[in-house]
Amino acid sequence: MHEMSLAEGILQIVEDAAAGQGFKRVTEVRLEIGALSGVEIEALNFCLDMVLKDSIADGARIELEKTPGQGYCLGCGENVLINALYDACPKCGSYQVQATGGTEMRVKDLLVE
Amino acid sequence: MCTVCGCGQGETKIEGHDHGHPHDHEHAHPHDHTHEHSHADGSVHSHPHAHEHSHAHTGHDHAHEPLHDNNAPHYHEHKGELHYGLGPAHAHAPGLSQARMVQIEQDILGKNNGYAAENRQYFSEHGLFAINLVSSPGSGKTTLLVKTIEALAGSLSVAVVEGDQQTSNDADRIRATGAPAIQVNTGKGCHLDAHMVGHALERLNLPDDSLLMIENVGNLVCPAGFDLGEAHKVVILSVTEGEDKPLKYPDMFHAADLMILNKIDLLPYLSFDVEKCIEYAHRINPKLEVLKVSATSGEGMKCWLAWLTEGVDVAVSARQQNVNLLRQRIAELEAQLAAVKE
Repeated sequence: MHEMSLAEGILQIVEDAAAGQGFKRVTEVRLEIGALSGVEIEALNFCLDMVLKDSIADGARIELEKTPGQGYCLGCGENVLINALYDACPKCGSYQVQATGGTEMRVKDLLVE
Repeated sequence: MCTVCGCGQGETKIEGHDHGHPHDHEHAHPHDHTHEHSHADGSVHSHPHAHEHSHAHTGHDHAHEPLHDNNAPHYHEHKGELHYGLGPAHAHAPGLSQARMVQIEQDILGKNNGYAAENRQYFSEHGLFAINLVSSPGSGKTTLLVKTIEALAGSLSVAVVEGDQQTSNDADRIRATGAPAIQVNTGKGCHLDAHMVGHALERLNLPDDSLLMIENVGNLVCPAGFDLGEAHKVVILSVTEGEDKPLKYPDMFHAADLMILNKIDLLPYLSFDVEKCIEYAHRINPKLEVLKVSATSGEGMKCWLAWLTEGVDVAVSARQQNVNLLRQRIAELEAQLAAVKE
């Protein structure tokens, strides 16, 4: 979806942190992207390249941590791992799986100078 | 102005609202540079962008009473140079050039979520039931809204925020029913965000204890990720579309609490499998409620209107409860004050 919006959001967070903590350069940005967050990683990287250009984080390495999709199966009452919102429960085959984790998109930390 | 989107500044227009941001810029060192935008579809376009900037911004000048903080410090950046306005970076401590790790732990959509929380609080303080209507273009959102307003006329006060990339056609259609409507044009943006809705609220002056329907930009993808502060997202799927849309666009059906299957008067002419569609939707979101409606023939409208009325009732009683609690608190404090005076 709107990866460009997300890239802008990331830059905003980085700039807010720079304003608050007084650093001048960001050399690494560590992101946590859930498997069910709907983010296309390649598109996000592409957008970040453009958005971060000439910014405080120009050329910064982007570290992506993918967190697994988790769900609670109403069919068998188990917590299971899923790769997509439409996946069936890997244990019982039911589609009654409620996503419980892996929907987040966060900036975890920055390496700064 | 979109708070998070890549759409250009000044592209967003809220009807009747001059969203110009006059800056005061002295100490001119004007320069031009090319400003490059790119969009979710991968297209990129550039346009020249003339700037004058100074070290002392006087902040944005908005002509309205802000729900949001428009005077937050902000800064401009040119070719690797940072010019912070009145921001705290002026107090930059020297000697901090060593590499270090800065913990952030922030949601990428945190800014939008903050605005959404403000909107949500506004809704709850005023007993407003706000819903966010999302769908692909052409699913019949506006027709459904018009019929809903007509049916509720006299019993419930209804207002509408209309989101479209361009034109005020939809807001005009709503206003023809007599209901107040405000059009938000997102320009190149693909969704409404909570900041835009906050500005629209300032213009609408909604009466307490009423219904607010926000018609999002016709798009089954992006609006899923943007909380506007609404009580529920309502996804509208018309039977002239494919029954597998819930599987194709899972994020939206996951984010919604209610699905309206619209245009069911056309079912005899189509091969749309209603049961299969509902089954697909429940694969994505087992808790999704479903209503089958035809805005044109009126079939199923009763259930939809009942759903809306119940939502408003809940919002109204929550506000009443809140007001009662506050009154009680005032009485307690007055009693304490009286005791002190004696």
